[in-house]
Formats: sequence, C-alpha cells, structure tokens
Amino acid sequence: MTVDSTDTAAAGGTPTEPLTGPANQEPRHIWRMVAIWAVLSVILDPVFYFVVGPHVPPGAMTSAAVENQFDFNVLFLIALPVVLAVWVYLAYSIIMWRSSRKGVPEPTGGAQARTHLGVQVGWIVTSTVIVIGLFVFGTVELITNAGSGGGEGPNPIWTPTSASILPVQVIAQQWKFTYRYPTFGGFESQQLVIPNDTTIAFHVTSLDVIHDFWAYQLSIKADANPQLDNVAYTTTRQTGSVTVRCDELCGLWHGAMFNYGRVVSKSAFYVWAKSTEHATAANTKDLPPFAWTYVPDANGADGGYYPDNVDPYSNAEVYGAVPGKPTPPG
Amino acid sequence: MSFGGRLSIVVGLFVIAAGFALWAVFGFLLVGPPTVDFTSAQPTGAPVDLTVQTVGSIGNGYGDHPTWVSYLVKDPQGQWIHSTIWKLPAHTRINLTVEQFDSGSPLRNQQWGLVQGTVGGVATYNGKTISAYNSNTGNGVGHTFAIPTLGINIPLIGVSPNANNVCSQAPCSAPSSAENIIKASFMTPGPGTYPWQCFVPCGLGFLYGNGGPMSTVGYMGGFLDVVS
Repeated sequence: MTVDSTDTAAAGGTPTEPLTGPANQEPRHIWRMVAIWAVLSVILDPVFYFVVGPHVPPGAMTSAAVENQFDFNVLFLIALPVVLAVWVYLAYSIIMWRSSRKGVPEPTGGAQARTHLGVQVGWIVTSTVIVIGLFVFGTVELITNAGSGGGEGPNPIWTPTSASILPVQVIAQQWKFTYRYPTFGGFESQQLVIPNDTTIAFHVTSLDVIHDFWAYQLSIKADANPQLDNVAYTTTRQTGSVTVRCDELCGLWHGAMFNYGRVVSKSAFYVWAKSTEHATAANTKDLPPFAWTYVPDANGADGGYYPDNVDPYSNAEVYGAVPGKPTPPG
Repeated sequence: MSFGGRLSIVVGLFVIAAGFALWAVFGFLLVGPPTVDFTSAQPTGAPVDLTVQTVGSIGNGYGDHPTWVSYLVKDPQGQWIHSTIWKLPAHTRINLTVEQFDSGSPLRNQQWGLVQGTVGGVATYNGKTISAYNSNTGNGVGHTFAIPTLGINIPLIGVSPNANNVCSQAPCSAPSSAENIIKASFMTPGPGTYPWQCFVPCGLGFLYGNGGPMSTVGYMGGFLDVVS
C-alpha cells in the first residue's frame, strides 16, 4: 500500500515518514467514506420511512398518535445518517487501517493530528443545525398539534380547533384509574370508553399521590397530581382497544395499575354512556358534585370524602383531624 | 497504603455490599405470607367457599405489626390464617363471605361503594341484597375487597364505632364482637396471578392512609393465585 503525506497524517502517521510508492495511487479515503455513507443514507432513509415508519408506535388511533408517529419518524430519519456515519467510519477504519494489513503506517500523533479546522467547523455546524432544527421542529409540533397529547396543565395554551370537545375526567387513586363523564350526568366508571372521530379533552387529576395517565395507543400522557387539573387533548381517528397504564411509580400496586379502554363508534359510545349513566344513577347521586379537582381528606386512615368541604359526615374526622372526638376502636 | 491494605478494603466493602444484597433478597423481598390452597379440598368445578375476616388491629399473635388493620382467611381446615395469598381454581365460582369486624367511614371515592364484577352485580349485607352502598350514611365503609384488574369491587360496610363490643384484635368472632356479614360470588378467570386490594385508605398514621398495611402484602392486599 502507498500513502501520501496528507492521508498518512489523517491515519495517525507522521507526514515526515518516508512514503512508499507514487502519491497518486493512494485512494481518497474521506471521499470514499462520504460516498458509502451517502449511498446508504439515500437508500435506508426512504426504506425506513415507507416500510417501517407506518408501524412505529404509538400507531394511528388518534391525531396525537399520528403526529407523534410522524415526529418519531422524522427523528429517525435524522438520526439514521448520523448512526451510519459512525458505523461507516468504524467499518472503513477496521477494514482499511487494521494493524495486520500490510503497508499501514504506525499511528502517531503530532501537530496535524491535534487539530483540523475543517473537521471542527463541520462537526460544530452540523451538530448545531441538527439540535436547533429539532428544537424548532419539536416546538412547532407541540404548538400546531394542541400539545401533541401531553398534559398541558390546568390552563392549556395549545388547544384544538374543534367546535365540540368531549371532556373525560381521569381520576387516579392508589391503585386504579376511574373516569367521570361530566356531560352524561357526571357518572363514574372503571372503564374508559370514548367515541371515534371526536376531540377529547382528558382532565387528569389524583386523589392521593402523583400518578401518570398513559393511554398508549391514544398517545396521551399526563401526570395526575392531587388538586390539579392537567388537560391533554387528542382527536380519535380509529376504533380499537387502548391500554392505560400508570407511568409514575406510586406504591405497592403500581405495577397492577392498568386497565384497557375502547374507542368505539359514536353511536356505540352514546348507547354505552346512556346505559351506564342509567345503571349507575344510584351511585352517581352519592358521588361528590362534579369538579375538576377534588380535595381528599389527608388525615390518614379515615378515608375521607371528597371534596372535603362538602363532607357532611362527622365520623370522617374521628381518626385525629378533629380534636376532642373519641377514636373508635378498630 | 500498601497493595494488601487496599485490596483488603475493596474485598471488605464488596463482602458488605454482597451481604446487604443477599439480606435484601432473602430477608425481605422473598419473605411473605403463606399461600392458602383452596384447590385441593374441592372437587373440580365445584364452587369454592372463601371466608375471610377484617379486623381493626391484627394483635400480637400475627407478626411484627400488632396495631395494623388486616385480613385473615379461614383455610379449608377451618383455621384462621394471617395470609392474603390464596390459591384458587380457574373458571370457578367463588362464594366469598366477609366477616367484617372493623368500623367504617365515608369513602375517599364513593365509586368504591358500588358493587361491581360479582355474579349478578350484587352482594348481600347481613342478608340484604345491595348493589351500591352510600358510604356517607350509616356506619360508612370499613374496607373494600377489590380485584382491580378483574373489575371486581365489594364494599364492606363497617360496624358501628359506638358499639360496646367492637373487636379489639384478631381473631374476632361473633356474637361476642360486633360484625357485619357481606357475601358475594365471583368467577375466577383463567390461570394467572391477580392482585387484590382495599380501596379504603385504612393505613392509620400513614400519608393519605395508603402506607403501612395498605402497602404490605399480608394485610390489606394480596394475590389470587389462580391455577388450572
């Protein structure tokens, strides 16, 4: 193998070493690598986007899911060439400059190995463009997609444009999610059922510790904080099954804090909602008036009724919150 | 410091760390209540009678936390066992009887006053059929027997805190102690492990009432070990 002084320096050799053979026989390694990288990127990026992309989580059940799937695909399209650049350089180095290969000069340092302005500028500019570009892209996606399914707190600044929005309250408690439907008499259910082709506003709150409502296929993820109404939006686009999990470590049965929900047709939802409203009417009248947040009684073991300010049952306080009241045995 | 000294420190610290890890695994994580087997005493397919009791404090005869609220289960031989892990046959009707000896209070979430997931969607409270119980009335709800992953919930109405014969510690028995009898039936699903819990935050003295016995298997929660 013959190398010129430039390539010797790039390969870790010293430019003062005697060279063997004519300089014009040495391949332009950097351009070889660039060519390999470019060909692979041009081939694999579209292959990923069109073949793998439609199957990337979280799917396409809601507008938030579609947008988040698109976001993930864009991230992958950008990340794949970066990964390929590293792999191509690694593989090329192993093949071309392995120590057992004849004619490869010994790696050495020196002034030219210490710095290369072009490489430095290229690295910084490329990294900056990618990072700033992703920052702008992510921010635009959040703004234009009504928060992209993330919890926006009690006063969302990114709201959907739909004329009618179905509110569904998610109540987290150790260790189960329950759901209230304020537009159907405020009934509460262990089941999450929502209609297709409808914009949903999930109002997520907690009765005790911090939980996290993660409806995977809906691409909804919002922390459930006590006494806080955390709002997340999405619009359903497909019927199907939904897996809901708590995504905040919340105690002994955190791992069992999951349930399955359904996106059904509008007519099926209406039938379900009205029948459930009717079936649970006796219990609904015993629920506290609907509110966006509730104030559970924090005095330990008594259970407490929420909201606490409408608690008419004085025995709720017997475990120590109200001085002077006897503590019952047991 | 000599090489030998440094090596001794490293080995010593390793031994301490390994010992702590072994203690954590074998002395804490793998220690639990016994599994009470209800599969061998019943003919295949026959309903299983499961009787449990809730007590306000477990007392001195059952471990390290005598003041904690707890469940006890009556094994097929009729002995009260301090365990919340029950082996049950799959696809079988379970006739549950709860001897509720604890007092009650309003529920943090009245949703758990609703009887759900049982045969017929009902339970009986001292012989009276109920489908929901307003915990804001009467003696409130002492505990719930709930299997969240199966959608099962049964409110256990509390005894009067003003009764002069409220059981002070386990095991409790009527008529010397005030009790409510709650009965319900449910069907076991296919084989698997299904956690069950109480939805009344009854861990006295713990934040939001959900620590202590509410967060310790063997007291207010456990597993149904459903086998084929």
